[in-house]
Amino acid sequence: MAREIMYRDALREAIDEEMERDATVFILGEGIAERGGSYKVTEGLLAKYGAKRVRDTPIAEAGMIGVGVGAAIAGARPIVEILYIDFAMLGMDMLVNQAAKFRLMTGGDGRVPFVMRTQGGTGGGVAAQHSQSLEALFYHIPGLKVVMPSTPADAKGLLKYALRQSDPVMFLEHKHLYMTKGLVPDDEHVVEFGKADIKRPGSDVTLIAWSNMVPRALEAAAKLAEQGIEAEVLDPRTLVPLDKQAILASVARTNRVVIAQEAVRRGGVASDIASIIQEEAFFELDAPIEIVAGLNIPIPFNLELEKASVPQVDDIVAAARRALHAKPLALAAE
Amino acid sequence: MSAQASKANAPSRALLEKLFRTAYKIRVFETEGIKLYRQGLIRGYFHPYLGQEGIATGVCAALSEGDFIASTHRGHGHCIAWGADVNRMVAELLQKESGYCRGYGGSMHIADISAGNLGANGIVGAGTPLGVGAALAAQIKGSDAVTVTFTTDGASNNGTFLESLNLAAIWNLAFVLVIENNQYAVSTRIEESTREVELYKRGLSIGVESHQVDGNDPLAVYNLTQQAVEKCRRGEGPILIEAKTYRHMGHHVNDPGKYMPADRLAYYKERDPVDRARNALVEMADVDKAEIDAIESEIRQEFEDAVVFSKASREISLAEFREFVEAY
Repeated sequence: MAREIMYRDALREAIDEEMERDATVFILGEGIAERGGSYKVTEGLLAKYGAKRVRDTPIAEAGMIGVGVGAAIAGARPIVEILYIDFAMLGMDMLVNQAAKFRLMTGGDGRVPFVMRTQGGTGGGVAAQHSQSLEALFYHIPGLKVVMPSTPADAKGLLKYALRQSDPVMFLEHKHLYMTKGLVPDDEHVVEFGKADIKRPGSDVTLIAWSNMVPRALEAAAKLAEQGIEAEVLDPRTLVPLDKQAILASVARTNRVVIAQEAVRRGGVASDIASIIQEEAFFELDAPIEIVAGLNIPIPFNLELEKASVPQVDDIVAAARRALHAKPLALAAE
Repeated sequence: MSAQASKANAPSRALLEKLFRTAYKIRVFETEGIKLYRQGLIRGYFHPYLGQEGIATGVCAALSEGDFIASTHRGHGHCIAWGADVNRMVAELLQKESGYCRGYGGSMHIADISAGNLGANGIVGAGTPLGVGAALAAQIKGSDAVTVTFTTDGASNNGTFLESLNLAAIWNLAFVLVIENNQYAVSTRIEESTREVELYKRGLSIGVESHQVDGNDPLAVYNLTQQAVEKCRRGEGPILIEAKTYRHMGHHVNDPGKYMPADRLAYYKERDPVDRARNALVEMADVDKAEIDAIESEIRQEFEDAVVFSKASREISLAEFREFVEAY
């Protein structure tokens, strides 16, 4: 059986269940204890688990992340909540030079079961330093797992899995998704990394999307269906590890691909996925791979400009029609 | 006070011998290691701990099994003082599979997680948050383990120095931060790096009990650390210790250290920590020259054996490396 709950509640259930199961799991962050976090993800955890395992920190991201990494190396399972992914930039040394490399530098003996939860993306009118989609920075660094759940069920299952494996995880939520609802199984629900999920099956074109681009891709698929085009929406759920096989299998079914990312186009994950597809499935393609991505600029405050900076539903629809060599909608209507 | 009474209060022979053995072992490791480097057997960077032996020696003697240490880029001395196997250390420097990191890490990354050594670190200052994290893990698990991070005067101008020591303070962690103040950040004098060169004062400003000690006196370092460790185990941490010292040479093997004034160097060499450990053993425990010689030759032999062991060891294969890549 399943219940319909919000993304933020699903995250809280995951943390709660894993803290219950494993006494070495703890969480620290800014305003997460008594206040319950800016997105209410950690509400109630202080009362249940106490101040030893649910800790507020000063505003010191490099220190918090570093202390979390050290605790993980020493055998605990920390979750460090960073308010905005933009603020994670203050802790990049600890993520890139320490957490990501520790396993290799120690010849395999040193493991870092560290989870950094944070959120990114546009939508709140919070401008250039609170709206970025920075997954490509982490994707680029060998040793970091990159997780970007789009639904409550995935958020819960992936976070539970993150707290049971032994590598540093960049768990990237989206500020727009916290209050979205979805069905979450009642039973123990763990989602392994590296398993893509087909959010909507279809035969004409594959829309690859993650995080907040998934609901937009689903909306685009609904519009395309009205136009007689059946789009398949594939959500990789984890970018590292990436489920290449699922992507290649979908491409083999549809022969056409649109990749949608909110992050800026330049140096993005979409480009890398496109590269993998052209390298491993070139002869399956009936059209050039379309990438729909953010503009190569910081996010502006003005609402219309903010919208213009990141892909909207109609951008995905238009890209899918291009991939099908279909006329743009405006012309098709004539 | 009579000579008799002074002897009665003297530290035990076992402690004095331990301090001397450790300091001398570090001295031999670094001196002989530099020769291997010059022969081209060791690649990359090699930051000698020569002249600073008193600090790792005194600090680690005050720690127990189950405790943690985190080290710096100049980390050989900390590993040895922590009780590392010289065979596996030399093998790591010679990039062999039998090394602590199987040849994946090298001088700047020697670690032994199972023994509580969180490792040397190529990023100056990084050991401080990592060490505070280990202390936090101990508190979460309800253990009485103490974590010591060795850091440097150079790293004390880094932002994470304040951030992580402050976290240790608000959470009362069992954490001892040892600043090895060798007075140079690579080649930049401490007077050029900060207006306040008495670095222990930085701890005071955020409510952390802080002390200063002569880092070239292993016994003084031991005594101070022992008190600090006891307080930490009672939940009265963290504690900051500034240990003043001076390198015997440049920043690394290929840095001649010409910026180090001859008279300053001479001043510190007269206060050599290995000599002081030896003298303490001779004077306070009546150990004669023959015994000292026996200890020294045993330690030199241990290093020679480690070189033989390491040369005979194999390197990791490309097939094993590929397996590792797959898992990463």
